[in-house]
Amino acid sequence: MTDLPPALQVKLGLVIDLDTCVGCHACVIACKGWNTQGDAGPLADADAYGKAPEGAFLNRVHSFELTPETGPAQIVHFPKSCLHCETAPCVTVCPTGASYKRVEDGIVLVNETDCIGCGLCAWACPYGAREMDPVEKVMKKCTLCVDRIYNETLPEVDRVPACVRTCPAGARHFGDLGDPDSAVSQLVAERGGYDLMPDQETGPVNKYLPPRPRDAEIDILAPFLEPVAEEPRGFMAWLDRTLERI
Amino acid sequence: MHPAPSLIAFSLLSGLGFGLLAMLGLGIAAPEGLVGTVFWGLGLGLSGSALLASAFHLGHPERALKAFSQWRSSWLSREAWLASAAMAVFALHAGLITFAGWRIAPLGWLGALLALGTVGATAMIYAQLRTVPRWHHWSTPALFIGHALAGGSLLAGKTVLAGILLIALGAGQLAAWWLGDRLFARSGTSITRATGLGVPDGIRLWEAPHTGQNYLTREMVFVIARKHVAKLRVIAAVFGYAAPAVLLLLPSVDHAIAAVAVLCHIFGAAVSRWLFFAEAEHVVGLYYGRGR
Ligand code: SF4
Ligand code: SF4
Repeated sequence: MTDLPPALQVKLGLVIDLDTCVGCHACVIACKGWNTQGDAGPLADADAYGKAPEGAFLNRVHSFELTPETGPAQIVHFPKSCLHCETAPCVTVCPTGASYKRVEDGIVLVNETDCIGCGLCAWACPYGAREMDPVEKVMKKCTLCVDRIYNETLPEVDRVPACVRTCPAGARHFGDLGDPDSAVSQLVAERGGYDLMPDQETGPVNKYLPPRPRDAEIDILAPFLEPVAEEPRGFMAWLDRTLERI
Repeated sequence: MHPAPSLIAFSLLSGLGFGLLAMLGLGIAAPEGLVGTVFWGLGLGLSGSALLASAFHLGHPERALKAFSQWRSSWLSREAWLASAAMAVFALHAGLITFAGWRIAPLGWLGALLALGTVGATAMIYAQLRTVPRWHHWSTPALFIGHALAGGSLLAGKTVLAGILLIALGAGQLAAWWLGDRLFARSGTSITRATGLGVPDGIRLWEAPHTGQNYLTREMVFVIARKHVAKLRVIAAVFGYAAPAVLLLLPSVDHAIAAVAVLCHIFGAAVSRWLFFAEAEHVVGLYYGRGR
């Protein structure tokens, strides 16, 4: 049934640090790679080598420019994937039961053999976290790498989502947000982690950590770079005058 | 939202079909003999073909039966149940009338209830979506049911009733357009709430996550020029509601005039339904640099 489970104990999810994300898109590629080769794959593309390539991705990085009232502008890279919402609207709209939220850890999944490809769940998700597979015509979404995190054939270090494992900046953290003592929950508490689109009342499990305020004085090198002579002297001065005359 | 022709055709035709069936079921129109058979056939045919069209719009139509399973939470599933139940009841009712000459009124009332319920469920599929503030309002089911009733009475040849309903529907549609233009702002969802960053004037999309289109931008980030909106609204209002209402309320209405009124209404209502989709802004557009 696509009814939502009652309040969960374990809420696995991600914490994304907008302060550290460098916008390299490595998580996007790691996600695409794992999910196109893994159990749920392929995660298809249409016209991959043609004029208008397009494909299904489960994680995408937007970049925003912030212009504060004072101080310099700032770029914030903004990775976005399924937030495994507690009151996931994508689950309750599904007519077939293909979309569901797991009782044991709160992961929101699609059972692809039940999906009729109506697309309604993608409409219901405010975050754009679901994309239709252009070849298989079923809905795809982030699985929180459910085929990695419990996979005992993988070395322990790899039992985290592919995006978390690959992020070179350490901007992605994985853990149990239902446990107030977990590292991720502590991080959220410490850094003021927040929900996206709280007005939509989806209760996202994933949290975002805000960028830290930038230092006001960013011109560290300027004092060492005294301006060179503005007026040419010696040979250059002669050349300058001569060329002027021609 | 992307105005998919299949969705426009489906919602329009099923509305007309179920509206006509409701009129017949309630006994508001009770054509006899061959004419009656034609009317029943038209109602069942319109709604039935619309349902088939909607099934073929799916990525996996062969799995369509699975859509009956989640009626407890899903309006799409409820729509499937209500539509099938309405069709079954009306097929029985029409069969009894045509072949046995028995008109069991309560069966017709039940069918009418199910038919209007189906139209309501279709509308609720849209109205339940908080992600599309323009749709997330009671006016959505009200207008869908209004279209079904007005269109149904028009097809059923109830000229005066249809004329009055069309005037009411036109007024309702104008109000819904006016209101709809304000619902996004009223929803509270904005670029600053979507990202948790910055102030409204101080944040803009600097780089999109991908250079081309994707499923999301094609489905949900559809934009139409504002100047076209105004023109299309006028076209929809004139053809869909005003002109047919005037024609139907003329002192004498013959078949030719009624036919023109029907064609006018269907054309105008199609434009109106196109706008229903095309004008609807999904909040995910905020992440793609649309709106604030
Ligand atoms: S982010 Fe979207 S797809 Fe994921 S659980 Fe929330 S509503 Fe559903
Ligand atoms: S596209 Fe598939 S998963 Fe999504 S609502 Fe339709 S049937 Fe359910």
